[in-house]
Amino acid sequence: MEYFVIIISAIFVNNIVLAKFLGVCPFMGVSSRLETSVGMTGAVAFVMVLATIATYLIQYYVLVPLGIDFMQTITFILVIAALVQLVEIVLKKVSPDLYQALGIFLPLITTNCAVLGVAILTIQDKYNLPEAVVFSFSTAIGFGLALVLLSSIRESLELVDVPEGMKGIPIAFVVAGILSMAFMGFAGLV
Amino acid sequence: MAKKESTFLNMLLALSLVALVSSAVLGFVYEMTKEPIARAKAERQNAALRSVLPPFDNEPAKEMYKKAVDGDTLYFFPARKGDSLVGIAVETFSPKGFSGMIRLMVGFLPDGTIHKIAVLEHNETPGLGDKMDPAKSDFELQFEGKNPKTFKLAVTKDGGDVDAITASTISSRAFCDAVERAYKNLEITKGGAQ
Amino acid sequence: MNQWKNFTKGFIAENAVFVQVLGMCPTLGTTTSAYNGLGMGLATTFVLLMSNIVVAMVRNFIPDKVRIPAFIVIIASFVTVVQLTMQAYLPALYKELGLFIPLIVVNCLVLGRAEAFASKNTVWSSAIDGLGMGLGFTMALFMLGSVREILGSGSWMGFKFIEGDGMLLFVLAPGAFLALAYLISIMNKLNRKNA
Repeated sequence: MEYFVIIISAIFVNNIVLAKFLGVCPFMGVSSRLETSVGMTGAVAFVMVLATIATYLIQYYVLVPLGIDFMQTITFILVIAALVQLVEIVLKKVSPDLYQALGIFLPLITTNCAVLGVAILTIQDKYNLPEAVVFSFSTAIGFGLALVLLSSIRESLELVDVPEGMKGIPIAFVVAGILSMAFMGFAGLV
Repeated sequence: MAKKESTFLNMLLALSLVALVSSAVLGFVYEMTKEPIARAKAERQNAALRSVLPPFDNEPAKEMYKKAVDGDTLYFFPARKGDSLVGIAVETFSPKGFSGMIRLMVGFLPDGTIHKIAVLEHNETPGLGDKMDPAKSDFELQFEGKNPKTFKLAVTKDGGDVDAITASTISSRAFCDAVERAYKNLEITKGGAQ
Repeated sequence: MNQWKNFTKGFIAENAVFVQVLGMCPTLGTTTSAYNGLGMGLATTFVLLMSNIVVAMVRNFIPDKVRIPAFIVIIASFVTVVQLTMQAYLPALYKELGLFIPLIVVNCLVLGRAEAFASKNTVWSSAIDGLGMGLGFTMALFMLGSVREILGSGSWMGFKFIEGDGMLLFVLAPGAFLALAYLISIMNKLNRKNA
């Protein structure tokens, strides 16, 4: 039952992008095309879950026992950077098409606040390992959901007459704001 | 711009050096800030204790004892004036907040009467659940001077005596839950009245 | 290099938030009040300034292939310094800014400046660039924080000027997006007029 709460909370009630403001940069950069959004979500989900597991292990088996808690930021981000490199290499070999499609966005996952954010949140909210896996995976789903919603709307927006000053980023943020408001309606689900 | 060649040795050397230097610097800063950080934490705790307990002259933090409850921990701080116990503060929690965990510091008199409650931590919605903070509304006042023996720690909707915050039943419930948890586990030790 | 231009570009022409659209996460997440926005901006500025300086100092000694990991370690170190120092001397602000302090390390602005500028320019120029970009970022955060605080809480820098609450939406998630959208659009208009 606990897992259910984590899942619903991570995807809807406390959506990582629309409620927690993490992962907004790629959110704005990728979301103009539906296909890239889906590909991006897959890559992020993969890195996010692996990174959460890796950082969890490092926190509880290395940092805490050695009393070097303050090295958390450095070790976490290095783990994430290494993982992204790994994913890039693997992807190039396994699926060159997807690798091409994602292009610059793959290395950008390193600086995706959502990945580091989830790793830190897992420790802060004191999840155990299975809960951490569920949490990170659900968060990635939530990220993807927000991304897909936004990109679909943006694709339609391109066919409409948007005032000059609002074109591009501003109108995307307005849409995000409205989506965020809509997601607030999920409050009370859990 | 002339840069060092990316030979394996050079890369290894450069990274190791950077890692070494930064670890050393961080270790140094950590040692330097360890004490001020501990002091700031203690000061925050003392401020909360002072605000929920009647006047005392001991150091409750030094006599703190804890109890593992419901997957987390409760902290008890006995306060004394001279030799007599004037109150016990309990750092309590409830995971049932609208947006997650809330932590309160409840000051009890030796007979279990609630003296005052301070909100330590919460993520509740501004303008709604965050009204549980005494600085933002009078919600907390209704608890003061009440003894949970006779004052039912539940919102009126649930058959209790607590007037919930308008439109924030969940936050109000969590607040009651935290206070209830503190009261239930209150153990009066060292010359208490009960 | 015209150091004055180097310094001021971070405020309007190449403003991190309004023009480059970098560092959105802390921009949205910490601007519930003017004071928080200011605190976050200054913390980021410190990291940006110091990391730019160090990166510029070692730019000729770091082999190209490992420059990103090296930059990350340097930046992360300064972020940790900020974390520890804030915890020690500004614990209330640290609690308010929460998760976003360690997230400075993934602020695209910081890594971006290290990569695009500090790795290719002198220490002095890099320092000025870092300072200008950081203060420009701070200005943007302070503006957004002020707007959200005035509209949402009816106060500014903690000084309340109306009874009760304002338009709460602005201190909540949607308000951040909306306020930022309109601020960007207004700043773009002003920028275009001056261009």
